[in-house]
Amino acid sequence: MGKVKAKAEMHNRRTVAFAIVVAVAVGLLARTGYLQLIGNDKLQQEAAKRQVRHVSVPAYRGMLLDRHGEPLAISTPMPSVYVNPQQFIQYPDKWPVLAKALGINQSDLEERLQSSQHLKFIYLRRLVQPQTAREVRALKKYGVGLERAFRRYYPAADVSAQLVGFTNISDRGQEGIELALDEQLAGVPGERRLLINLHQQGVEAIGGEVKPVKPGRDVQLSIDIRLQYLVYRELQDAVEKYQARAGSAVVMNVHTGEVVALVNQPSFNPNDVSERFGESPRNRVVTDVLEPGSTMKIFLMAAALESGQYRLSDKIPTAPGHLRIGKYTIKDHRNYGTLDLSRVIQKSSNVGVTRIALGLDPVQQWEVLDRFGFGHLTGSEFPGEAEGKLTHGSEWGRIQQATITFGYGVSVTTLQLARAYAAIASGGTLPDVTFLKQKEQRSGTRIINEQTAQVLQSMLESVIRPEGTGYRARVSGYRVAGKTGTARKSIAGGYSEDRYYALFAGFAPASRPEYVAVVAIDEPIGEAVSGGSVAAPVFSQIMAGTLRLMGSVPDRLKTAGVNRSKEAGS
Amino acid sequence: MLKPSSKPAAPLFFKIANLLRLDYPLAIALVLLFGWGTVVLYSAAGESFNAIIRHLIHFGIAFFAMIVFANIPPALLQKWSPYFFAVGLLGLFTVLLIGDTGKGAQRWLDLGFIRFQPSEIMKIAVPMAVAWSINRHPLPPTLFQIMATAGLIIAPAFLIAQQPDLGTALLVASSGFFVIFLAGIRFRYLFSLLLIVLIALPLLWYNMHAYQKQRVLTFLNPESDPLGSGYHIIQSTISIGSGGIYGKGWLNGSQSQLQFLPERTTDFIFAVMGEEFGLLGACSLLLLYSFIIFRSLYITADAQETYARLLAGSLSLTFFIYVFVNIGMVTGLLPVVGVPLPLVSYGGTSMVTLMVSFGMIMSAQAHRRLLSG
Repeated sequence: MGKVKAKAEMHNRRTVAFAIVVAVAVGLLARTGYLQLIGNDKLQQEAAKRQVRHVSVPAYRGMLLDRHGEPLAISTPMPSVYVNPQQFIQYPDKWPVLAKALGINQSDLEERLQSSQHLKFIYLRRLVQPQTAREVRALKKYGVGLERAFRRYYPAADVSAQLVGFTNISDRGQEGIELALDEQLAGVPGERRLLINLHQQGVEAIGGEVKPVKPGRDVQLSIDIRLQYLVYRELQDAVEKYQARAGSAVVMNVHTGEVVALVNQPSFNPNDVSERFGESPRNRVVTDVLEPGSTMKIFLMAAALESGQYRLSDKIPTAPGHLRIGKYTIKDHRNYGTLDLSRVIQKSSNVGVTRIALGLDPVQQWEVLDRFGFGHLTGSEFPGEAEGKLTHGSEWGRIQQATITFGYGVSVTTLQLARAYAAIASGGTLPDVTFLKQKEQRSGTRIINEQTAQVLQSMLESVIRPEGTGYRARVSGYRVAGKTGTARKSIAGGYSEDRYYALFAGFAPASRPEYVAVVAIDEPIGEAVSGGSVAAPVFSQIMAGTLRLMGSVPDRLKTAGVNRSKEAGS
Repeated sequence: MLKPSSKPAAPLFFKIANLLRLDYPLAIALVLLFGWGTVVLYSAAGESFNAIIRHLIHFGIAFFAMIVFANIPPALLQKWSPYFFAVGLLGLFTVLLIGDTGKGAQRWLDLGFIRFQPSEIMKIAVPMAVAWSINRHPLPPTLFQIMATAGLIIAPAFLIAQQPDLGTALLVASSGFFVIFLAGIRFRYLFSLLLIVLIALPLLWYNMHAYQKQRVLTFLNPESDPLGSGYHIIQSTISIGSGGIYGKGWLNGSQSQLQFLPERTTDFIFAVMGEEFGLLGACSLLLLYSFIIFRSLYITADAQETYARLLAGSLSLTFFIYVFVNIGMVTGLLPVVGVPLPLVSYGGTSMVTLMVSFGMIMSAQAHRRLLSG
């Protein structure tokens, strides 16, 4: 009986067991089904989050070219080496191989791996040579990788350094034109989707490029690199000869405002990252202001002529060579007696311009200076451009009205000065300055009467005559017009007695002006440190080179011949 | 017609087949399961032929072991039970003293020519010993008998837990418990036992290793430590879930192919199947398992000897528990315990033990006819 009961009991048990098995099987199936049917979308996203990386594909950065297509900035592919320390630390036998390939100390490499062993990505070396890249590629499966990148190279190095500027390690513009035109040059990086494995290694690209790379555009500058070299050499020589602190020079097309050469001293090599610090990277022509001294006088003449109160033949008494205004005394180098307007400029008489200025309405005088672009940006769109300072005419006192006429109490950039002279040279139209080559002819805004401009041109041409202050700026074969300036540097509490800016601003050929150039030498040292003796000869060399390279037709052939025979005879 | 036999001549193949005393529905289901598993393993192992060849060798040995045990009459097994158990217990002691360390736990015994886990032997030895012990007296067992038999379960389970291998300890204990259950333990004892277990749970908790506690905590909230102990569960549920109905296709499971899924050839191989073959693949696998379990239980019911019935029933239910614990773990229903998916996961010892247990189940049926006839 017990046996029968036991047997029935076992059947009972078996039913329970069967029931449990069925219930559990259904439960497991339900759970799996839940994950695969209801959780499917979310879990697929989770999977993608782990497996798919969006990798940025760097865009090729456009070249910077000079006006004839010579490269000033080039991008060459140079990969960066990175490592997954978590993974690579497991292969000590590969450490020497990598250290050798990268040319680094093995103990340094070990230290870096140890200190970042919890990380999955560190850069070991940015921008390596192709040879290094080949050696590193062999270590791919141990967690060392290469990232596509470009290195920026500047073939002209020091010569156009401040103008072209440079990019940072991430290939974005940091200074100069590289910064100003960064958007066009940089292009838009693309995006690729990459399937990665547990070790963060890319396994394969999927779905092609999600976002195609938009390469940057090449940009052609208005610079002529041949002229740039020439200007650089001349300026460097002058700065060395006069042991000057610094020097700047700019050459511009008077009609279009295209800058064809722009040089600063001291310079630096933008290809060497260690040189990118200190004062050298500053593009002084654009970012530094100075008091323009006598180069400013011609704009007073513009105001005087435009006012209708003065004519070229008017005689201005300058005796006895000094003039007292309030507690200040304005002096000339010597007593020039009575001068006509042209000779006031030729001799650069402070007393003469002061007398003219005091006869003018300060606001009218200010308006003319304002129209010449002083106190305004030049339109160059160069990063960090200074606009200088020109206080409104209504705020001028008599002494300020006087000093501004000979370039004190007003600050300008070398570029502004060049642009204002271009306005005179072009016959009265003020061009917008540009560093980009212009495809179409363009002209500036008319700011003064054409006749006035012609009179001013002739005044400036008289400066270059043997009896003028700018005689050393002459260029054989060409008629040259220009103005010297020797500006005392302002120091705390007044003006220095022995520190000057030696300036020359001028243009040629004077009969039909094409190029304007300004030379500024900062603190030349020596016997003669005036603009006429320091800056004018540099201007002469630069302008001669410009006219020759640009194929300008000489407009003083006869005189040139006479001069040459004279020099040969003496 | 040529032969003077009254029975129709059976082809030679079936003659041999009959001699092997195998249960063919069960044997075929096992081979199908193994084959299906091999297909998945090939993908999980990164298309490694070496792994597949070793896997096939394991199965060959295991299948041979199954045939051997299918031909051992249950009476003989019953006689061997205490010795078998003693050897297993000795192995467990030895492991604790001199065992090889693998993954932070002492589980392996190296005999020079073979390396194995004595705890695997216990998966069979414990139900054998318990069935032997219970069967010495008429059923159902008295409380005293049950208490006496409980020592045969607790001792090995305790030793295995010391290795530490809590998963196997629980499985071994449950295989012993199934014998008692099938023998007809009173339900009130069962409930008392349940109560004791509930009371013992906090005790167990304080005696667990830190990593074991962490596993339980992680099971309750995997997102609390997604890169640490929650990693397994998160990766495996992602694998299964991203498979959808039809799966991503063979060799195309990105979670496993890209190595995000851990332990993908062993404990977490079900996730590979779920990812690459989807719900359909998982269903087919569960169907095969269900068939094997039901067929085993059917055989159990048919067995005439009490010992054979108890042993075969326990082994069937233990197999079922393996499947449940593994899939439950991989799908995030249960905490992570190191239990492979039977006959599918890569690993030699457990394959042999499992097939031996199927051999014993078949023996319970094969020898029935001999006794009655």
